[in-house]
Amino acid sequence: MSNVLVVAELSEGSLKRATETCVTFAKDAAARTGGKVHGLVLGQGVDGIAQELAKRVDVVHVVDQEALKDPMAETYAQAIKAAADAAGATIVTMAATAHGKDVMPRAAALLNAGMASDILGFASDEGMAMRRPIQAGNVIATVELTSDIKVISTRPTEFDPAPEAASPGEVKALSVELAPPKTRYVKFDKIASERPDLTDATVVISGGRGLKEAGNFPKLIEPLADKLNAAIGASRAVVDAGWVPNDMQVGQTGKVVAPNLYIAVGISGAIQHVAGMKGSKTIVAINKDPEAPIFQLADYGLVDDLFKIVPELTEKL
Amino acid sequence: MKILVTVKRVTDYERKVKIAPDGSGLVTEGMTFVPNPFDEIAVEEALRLQKQHGGEVVVVSLGSKDAIQQIRQGLAMGAQRGILVESEELDPDAVARVLVKLVEEEQPDLIIMGKQDTDNDANQAGQLLAGYLGWPQATFASKVEGLDSADEKAQKPGVVIEDGKATVIREVDGGLETLQMDLPAVVTTDLRLNHPRFASLPGIMKAKKKPVREIPVAELGVDVTPKVKTLKYEEPPTRQAGVTVGSVDELLEKLKTEAKAL
Ligand SMILES: Cc1cc2nc3c(=O)[nH]c(=O)nc-3n(C[C@H](O)[C@H](O)[C@H](O)COP(=O)(O)OP(=O)(O)OC[C@H]3O[C@@H](n4cnc5c(N)ncnc54)[C@H](O)[C@@H]3O)c2cc1C
Ligand SMILES: Nc1ncnc2c1ncn2[C@@H]1O[C@H](COP(=O)(O)O)[C@@H](O)[C@H]1O
Repeated sequence: MSNVLVVAELSEGSLKRATETCVTFAKDAAARTGGKVHGLVLGQGVDGIAQELAKRVDVVHVVDQEALKDPMAETYAQAIKAAADAAGATIVTMAATAHGKDVMPRAAALLNAGMASDILGFASDEGMAMRRPIQAGNVIATVELTSDIKVISTRPTEFDPAPEAASPGEVKALSVELAPPKTRYVKFDKIASERPDLTDATVVISGGRGLKEAGNFPKLIEPLADKLNAAIGASRAVVDAGWVPNDMQVGQTGKVVAPNLYIAVGISGAIQHVAGMKGSKTIVAINKDPEAPIFQLADYGLVDDLFKIVPELTEKL
Repeated sequence: MKILVTVKRVTDYERKVKIAPDGSGLVTEGMTFVPNPFDEIAVEEALRLQKQHGGEVVVVSLGSKDAIQQIRQGLAMGAQRGILVESEELDPDAVARVLVKLVEEEQPDLIIMGKQDTDNDANQAGQLLAGYLGWPQATFASKVEGLDSADEKAQKPGVVIEDGKATVIREVDGGLETLQMDLPAVVTTDLRLNHPRFASLPGIMKAKKKPVREIPVAELGVDVTPKVKTLKYEEPPTRQAGVTVGSVDELLEKLKTEAKAL
């Protein structure tokens, strides 16, 4: 058997869209290995999620145990290994979210598998070579995993969410014996936000150091985002300065976004930032420096003072 | 407390590497090399923990002989000694397996690594190592009140060690997560953990005399056959620069009619 196992991720009791994008990759992979697409749901009280995932894959394995209540790499990696064995999987894949990045390499160690991170897709119509960005996205590498079992994390912006199938797949309960954990989940401090998720939003407004101070995010960026029902992102500079939460950093070492419209306000366009947004459909840059590198990739550039432009733009929308 | 810190030699992130015309590799001649920025944060965190708890900080790098420069930078910041495993460029899995061997020898209480190397952007080695060792892991370590906090100004570590346990704040999607781990454990750093110090001149002088053990990878008896093979390197598709618009009205007009983005 050479099935493909997709590890699901939950967000506040529902299936993450990123997982649905990973199913699309998994289907492509299964067509190449001649296997089926299996899903894996881990947690406690997650039967509803398993039913939801079953609409998109052939078989769902669900490990519903108290020890998996909180997503910890130590326990989750063991459950992934057990499920991969149960599913007869030769490919184990998950979206390259923060959770996916944390748990999948650990699962790879337990599976004695090679791992390719942040895959953009297969390199050609046949074979298992894949493309992935390296060097802050300045280079695309074509890589191949030589191990029997292959672990792959997929970049969510590169795949459409898989549609529901005509009839749902089978849901199978799996019980896994976990070693007593040496990690305790203390707490999760959630950033409260009414806005669309940065990685799912159709419009993203990002602010940078040009905004001068923390107070200008609520003053200038939020009203504009309200008008466009946009998510708000940021450059590393302003996240480091503590103006906005860490979770808003767009870039090589933050989140990768590819909205329909990306508006960069007071951001210079360092390669590390560009790595996280250059897949956006339309890019607008507002920056007073005509030499700012962001203009090299913006579809529409406005060379002017953001303190004048942003309020005007918000008002005219 | 003994802390092992890994430092990878990477190309300077401010410069763009060139791809060999036949796509078989990257042209690193003429490039400048630096310690991976996340690894500098790792060294800094280790030194702060050492200040609190005593013990030793050991800097490890795997790579060409030249990686000794990056080890010396860690020693100049204040680490006590270095280990250079001489090898070809290894994949994260081979790095982790070599580190398993060193961990057996060194028996550290804590391993601090970067979350990702800025050349390869893999984000794997720390998690692989923790998996192989069966140790707990806390990736993407951050500081609870950020880089602007009083704790950072006082150069306090973000990782809290007490009674043989490490408490770590992690940057995850949607917020910050707190984990507590039994030691020994693996931590990987994110950008908001600390501001790494610069090496002082006396530090640089002292570093020259600090011991660095150099071991050819073959001597460690670890199979380093890569599980990830790179077949080809290419330029990404480039985006065309667009147009400069003169006013908000013109921008709105273009977004509506041309880009159909509104
Ligand atoms: C290891 C590593 C990882 C990194 N990862 C990331 C990452 O993931 N994401 C990321 O974003 N960065 C990342 N960086 C940082 C990156 O290199 C840049 O330092 C950062 O993106 C700069 O942020 P900025 O554009 O807000 O600030 P700056 O570069 O300072 O740019 C500010 C801009 O605002 C403009 N401006 C100023 N005033 C006004 C005004 N009144 N009106 C209009 N425009 C104005 C200026 O002309 C300037 O172009 C990373 C760096 C390293 C070393
Ligand atoms: N060749 C190496 N030498 C020393 N440390 C390394 C090496 N490769 C990876 N690491 C460590 O592992 C971390 C993650 O790297 P990677 O998995 O390659 O993104 C880096 O930040 C380093 O701390």
